Amino acid sequence: MDFDLTDEQRLLADSVGRLMGDAYGSLEKRRAHAAEPHGWSERVWAQYAELGLLGLPFAERHGGFGGGAVELMIVMEAFGRGLALEPYLATVVLGGGLLRLAGSEAKQARLVPRVADGSLKLAFAHGEAQARYDLDDVATTARRAGDGWRLDGAKSVVLHGDCADLLVVSARTGGERRDRDGITLFLVEAGVPGVSRRGYPTQDGQRAAEILLEGVELTPDAVLGPVGGAAAPIRLAVDAALAALSAEAVGAMDALHALTLEYLKTRKQFGVTIGSFQVLQHRAVDMVVAIEQARSMAMYATMMAGTPEGHAAVAGAKVQVNRSARFVGQQSIQLHGGIGMTMEYLAGHYFKRLTIIESLFGDTEHHLREVTASGGLLGDLPSGSGLAK
Amino acid sequence: MDLRFTPEENSFRDTVRQFFTAEIPQPIRAKVADGRPLAREDIVTSQRILNRRGWAVPHWPREWGGQDWSPVQRYIFTEELQQNAVPQPLGFNVSMVGPVIAAFGTQEQKERFLPRAANLDDWWCQGFSEPGAGSDLAGLRTSAKRDGNEWVVNGQKTWTTLAQYADWIFCLVRTDPAARKQQGISFLLIDMRSPGVTVRPIVTIDGGREVNEVFLDEVRVPLENLVGEENKGWDCAKYLLGHERTGIARVGLSKLRVRRIKELARQMPSGDGTVWDDIEFRKKVASLEIELKALEITQLRVVSNERHRQGNKPDPASSILKIRGSEIQQATTELLLEMVGPYALPYREAVEGSNEPPVGPDWADTAAPTYFNWRKTTIYGGSNEIQRNIVAKAILGL
Repeated sequence: MDFDLTDEQRLLADSVGRLMGDAYGSLEKRRAHAAEPHGWSERVWAQYAELGLLGLPFAERHGGFGGGAVELMIVMEAFGRGLALEPYLATVVLGGGLLRLAGSEAKQARLVPRVADGSLKLAFAHGEAQARYDLDDVATTARRAGDGWRLDGAKSVVLHGDCADLLVVSARTGGERRDRDGITLFLVEAGVPGVSRRGYPTQDGQRAAEILLEGVELTPDAVLGPVGGAAAPIRLAVDAALAALSAEAVGAMDALHALTLEYLKTRKQFGVTIGSFQVLQHRAVDMVVAIEQARSMAMYATMMAGTPEGHAAVAGAKVQVNRSARFVGQQSIQLHGGIGMTMEYLAGHYFKRLTIIESLFGDTEHHLREVTASGGLLGDLPSGSGLAK
Repeated sequence: MDLRFTPEENSFRDTVRQFFTAEIPQPIRAKVADGRPLAREDIVTSQRILNRRGWAVPHWPREWGGQDWSPVQRYIFTEELQQNAVPQPLGFNVSMVGPVIAAFGTQEQKERFLPRAANLDDWWCQGFSEPGAGSDLAGLRTSAKRDGNEWVVNGQKTWTTLAQYADWIFCLVRTDPAARKQQGISFLLIDMRSPGVTVRPIVTIDGGREVNEVFLDEVRVPLENLVGEENKGWDCAKYLLGHERTGIARVGLSKLRVRRIKELARQMPSGDGTVWDDIEFRKKVASLEIELKALEITQLRVVSNERHRQGNKPDPASSILKIRGSEIQQATTELLLEMVGPYALPYREAVEGSNEPPVGPDWADTAAPTYFNWRKTTIYGGSNEIQRNIVAKAILGL
């Protein structure tokens, strides 16, 4: 049992941290990236590729770097601190995760090098208007057409779905709308006939898209993973994304707390710094406590995701991270006072990203229900303890 | 970064768990699990069983009965102890006066007191707080004046836990009234049987008799009962407060509580089923489990980090453990109270040998007293507000 980073991991943390400092580091730089055509920076994306971040979690034999969940955690935490805009979660964690979990050797060998060099951006087109947070609720259909498939349906709030070159689309090939069985994944080139996309900005300064699939003709090779058996890899990929988002939230909370602390130490009222007031000191401490609980659970999610108890662990982590994010976000605005309410000050942008992370892939209530349904995180009194009634 | 324990650590866990369940009498552990007050004999029996195995004072120096355990082993030991409802070895002996004497005492003091403290042959209590010195401990006024080869002690201590059982009290006393606050304080060992020592109970809101006032009136104490240097007692107090932090969050105890709540909720009738059938109740349990898991991982991070730490300086992170640990302990008592429902009402006098049958399930009557009693956890050991002051200063630099 240890929580130490290896030397390589520390090196990774340093270099991503440096990159974030250079590429972001100020609200002006972030605004400039957001003003680019896709709403993020191609130049920064190329730097991610150079640093090996885009190939990070893929096997070396496929052209990746063989990194694990801890490496992803390190990167996402740095992105949280920098408030990065690039489609890393969509491409590497979600799309890439599904590619790793469901893709054949041949598909991975073909696609991973293009993801790793930055030329191929992915998006996971899964959510639908009626589904809310139920991962098994898929109404989009894929019907056999000749020896291929024909896709019809509508995907909603697809993260970075507007800039993706290749969509990982879930569709029903069997079963009823909310069945676990009968979901299949397809790789769909964004430009093929029948795919129309409407991209739009999101509240946190990132991008998403509504995607319409109308009679999209696909070859047999478009299928990713087992026909009708995508629910399990989808669950695992989303759990990995939740662990990654937890880490991103921790990074964002760290930065936001530092910003708030700096403000408490410099802002003067009544002739003294406002950080000299005990009520504000204690609030700042409660923020630290909330952040440390979130950090612990983000680490827990990172280490547990993918194991048999992984889903409950990840859901539990999301509950804690969400609660901490809400508290830290709200309090940082409150402690800043009026300046925290303005678009031209950084704090509000962290607050908004944290708020969006709260709702991504399940809000607090959803994940609390998931933990409850799994029987909790602690188990029962051990038999033989002599303490049961 | 790895959450898994080594095979050696897991087998260590099995060994201690096996020992606790086999060797510590079940009736004593059941009392702990039920939240019933322990008799003096229960605590003595349990600690002596541990001491025979060499486990009453594992964190002491080796020559005085300590074990060469890693921080992880100590953590596992404490967690298993708490999860299996074994009475904690008396903290005043093993975590307070023992380590202070081992660090600051003379060879003679060590030989005289340490083995007896480990075996609970002497029951120690703590004479720190005074009516005018709570969170502001250095405001204490109990005085010790030198008279020949004795100290003459006058003053009043309060909140003295289990003083009614104690053979000895370790006190902070003012030996130089002219010195500034933290200076001029000394650490003194006083025999409770000395003439002039009076113990008066303070009944707490749960009806329990756990704490006391201790009056010291012209109590004569041999000079050699001073630990460390005269007027340097504050160093002993700081050392004591910084010692043995891994148990502070009491994660094991809260785990035991939550698991019992789950078990008992499945037995507590409600409508056509039990309390456990209510999804809203189960969500509250799950919510607490998440908070407890977050605390447990935070504690493990502190334990894992211990090997990188130098010296005996208290880790300010232990303030965070104290804050969350006490809040979660209190939350478990609130949830138990809620689960018990109407059967939290009947008040059962804690009279040994009472034959009155319980009203409702025989484990229900402790729910309310436990809830009442546990309000203490955010007050003692440096109130949670004091802990926030510490974090604000030591970590945040405010």
